[in-house]
Amino acid sequence: MLTPRFGRYLAAMLCCAMLLGAPAAHAEQVVVYTARIEQLIKPMFDVFTKDTGIAVKFVTDNEGALLARLKAEGKNTPADMLITVDAGNLWEAARTGLLQPVESKTLDANIPAHLRDPHKQWFGLSVRARTMVYNTQKVKPGELSTYEDLAEPKWKGRLCLRSSKKVYNQSLVAMMIAEHGEAKAEQIVKGWVANLATDPLSDDTRAMEFVAAGKCDVTLVNTYYYGRLLAKNPALPLAIFWPNQASSGVHVNVSGAGITKYAKNEAAAIKLLEFLSMEKAQHLYAEVNMEYPANPRIKPDEVVAAWGSFKQNPMNVATAGELQAAAVKLMDRAGYR
Amino acid sequence: MKDETLSVAVQNGNTLTGFSRFPSSSRRPASGWRLIPFLVAALVLIPIGTVLSSFFAPTSDIWQHLVETTLPGLLVNTFWLALGVVSGTALLGVSLAWLTAVCEFPGRKFFSWALLLPLAVPAYVTAFVVLGLFDFTGPVQTALRSWLGPDAWFPEVRGRLGVITVMVLAFYPYVYLLARNAFLTQGKRSLEAAQSLGFNRTQGFFKVALPMARPWIAGGVMLALMETLADFGTVAVFNYDTFTTAIYKAWFGMFSLAAASQLASLLLVIVFALIVVEQQVRARMRYAESKQSARADRITLNGWHATAATALALGTLFFAFLLPVGQLGIWAASSFAQDFDARYLEFLWHSLLLSALAALLTCAVALLLVYAARRHPDAATRNAVRIATLGYALPGTVLAVGMFVPLAGLDNWLGEMALQLFQIETGLLIQGTLAIMLLAYMTRFLAVSHSPIDSAMQRITGSIDEAAMSLGLNGWVMLRRVHLPILKSGIFTAATLVFVDVMKEMPITLMTRPFGWDTLAVRIFEMTAEGAWEQAALPAVALVLAGLVPIMLFMRQTEK
Repeated sequence: MLTPRFGRYLAAMLCCAMLLGAPAAHAEQVVVYTARIEQLIKPMFDVFTKDTGIAVKFVTDNEGALLARLKAEGKNTPADMLITVDAGNLWEAARTGLLQPVESKTLDANIPAHLRDPHKQWFGLSVRARTMVYNTQKVKPGELSTYEDLAEPKWKGRLCLRSSKKVYNQSLVAMMIAEHGEAKAEQIVKGWVANLATDPLSDDTRAMEFVAAGKCDVTLVNTYYYGRLLAKNPALPLAIFWPNQASSGVHVNVSGAGITKYAKNEAAAIKLLEFLSMEKAQHLYAEVNMEYPANPRIKPDEVVAAWGSFKQNPMNVATAGELQAAAVKLMDRAGYR
Repeated sequence: MKDETLSVAVQNGNTLTGFSRFPSSSRRPASGWRLIPFLVAALVLIPIGTVLSSFFAPTSDIWQHLVETTLPGLLVNTFWLALGVVSGTALLGVSLAWLTAVCEFPGRKFFSWALLLPLAVPAYVTAFVVLGLFDFTGPVQTALRSWLGPDAWFPEVRGRLGVITVMVLAFYPYVYLLARNAFLTQGKRSLEAAQSLGFNRTQGFFKVALPMARPWIAGGVMLALMETLADFGTVAVFNYDTFTTAIYKAWFGMFSLAAASQLASLLLVIVFALIVVEQQVRARMRYAESKQSARADRITLNGWHATAATALALGTLFFAFLLPVGQLGIWAASSFAQDFDARYLEFLWHSLLLSALAALLTCAVALLLVYAARRHPDAATRNAVRIATLGYALPGTVLAVGMFVPLAGLDNWLGEMALQLFQIETGLLIQGTLAIMLLAYMTRFLAVSHSPIDSAMQRITGSIDEAAMSLGLNGWVMLRRVHLPILKSGIFTAATLVFVDVMKEMPITLMTRPFGWDTLAVRIFEMTAEGAWEQAALPAVALVLAGLVPIMLFMRQTEK
């Protein structure tokens, strides 16, 4: 029952709660807001701390919330670095003045120009290639060619796509707008929608399972989902095809990072950013999630290397951010859910 | 009921007419109680105000785009989903509540608590598992195809009916819990009264017992509806586009938090209107307390009635709990060896502590709110209470940001003051404290605790108050000695619901948690964010198990 004594308990508990939450001071540290989840980023932080003695304090959340949080906190933000898993959100962070430019020879040397912000406010650290996965029993690799080709009538009832709500296909469409202009890009997306074998699916893995089960013949996925699925079930009749090799190249997005405008531990944060572009961390990126290292001198993981090498779309990934809103609207118009 | 005055009060209440009008506030001196609803509403208005303030931001192009493309379809989708979930949860929740509270059938004792278990399973988890099992690539359809050939027909699982079914399975416990509470306290008795008036059992149920339980049922259905309208995770798994989809698309896809907030404001207005309408209709009725009828004989079901009752309860339990949790268990077992470590105890501890504190705070505030509204039943107070419980209808992430932004502003202002007045750098003072987290939970879940306590309070007739007052009890003393004992089961219901809801909650937890304060829900977010659903099973199973704690406690309190 609620008694005055009880009220006192409650008050005491709340006080304790406030104390528990109070920030603790630390010698040298970097504070990171990351949308890249703990399992895929902590291994890098751990090595960094071991090598440099600088502690990394981080908090995970989704990109939209982290951006809103940085903006609201303004110059009092505790965060020194922002990590996200797509270029669009990094672009948005830079556009709204949440990041600062970083001049670093190491970063310039390690990260190719098309994978970093032209104004150096953020840097791609791992590459996520969005490619075709097809059913080996129903499709000959010779039939496949480009993203654009999947809009042709010959693929009617043979295509599966992930929902347009995820950023992956949004940035693919954004890149197509940049290359072909809106009108043609819309024709292509309409063609995709007309060729769908079933309503768009909630994630890449599901889409591949539908291809494997024969509901459709081909889909578009990030390669690491393919790697994960095959690791679990090597017998699936699925294979990777690298599209657009004679034209624009495979669409890539990045997971990357930037230093916040009001970073309190700027020097240490830049050190961490540089570390993430170097060999040790780049190997880990490839290892923990079968992504491609952004640093071209680092070889991908063995499993990943076995899928073959491919030509990347050399257009700057910032374009994906710039045209993302246009892409979302275009997909709405085309009826791509 | 050790309290002497209480039993006197109850007896007096029953000897007086049970439907007497509530004493008007004019007969009472104005008191501090008057302010409580307004203070709480002001608190909840922080995030809602942030959301509403977006209305003047220029986002016309996004609106125009939405109206021209997806909005009409989204509204139709949302309407059918809401209608489906409302009728589904009402039907399933009320029938199960009636069966377990008033009837006797094989397994009744077990089902009466087991049917609460689905409360601990997050809806999007049920959605993912159900889809995994019954969609085209799942074992069910795969087996069917291997028997009947590749063209074997199966209903479209990812359609409207599928998403409604999953949500009904996930949200019916709200209705079940509240309706059961109502039937336990008056069900059998109201039926007896009906029979004495010459009604048969069926007529008695529809003409007396059901209308008597109306506030509870409406409260539970309202919770299910608000949960449905705010849901994003479940509909995302089905790729079923609702109004929330547009909110998130505007925000994450088109980088317009302003447009997202405007859409969310619209949602709030709709829910506010629904609450007003529901309460207007309900206000025409009066409800009276009768003594507990726990000892009354149950209606024993025989033959196929008993079989049907057991089958309904078992079927619900199977699809809403055993199936998803079984699948999670299988997945968790395979990732247990590599993922499980001492940190899980920490996650568990954080989850339990936060949920317990939030449940305490939220229920205490709801109780004050209900009591204050009782003492001052005027229009302004009623509106304040409605506003105070609106937080539940906002999509979690929108509410989290709406709460966070003004608090960060306050924090920055405090820092600025400290710097100017005392020349000290304070950094962020209030942010990243558990107090802020609890405050945010409260703004979100006040509706959840308010509903059961408010329904219970409607049972206490004005005559009880009058009797208590004639004995010289007033204010706090009356609340503590007269009302609380009668409200007990309502309060336990509220605490259980809030506890489990907070444990499942993600966006507020993610955004306001102090560094290192990861919970089981945070762990689930981490895994599912990158599509590793099978690894998410381990924290999800832990969450379900932890959710059993309050449910067991609740049953012990109410099933004596």
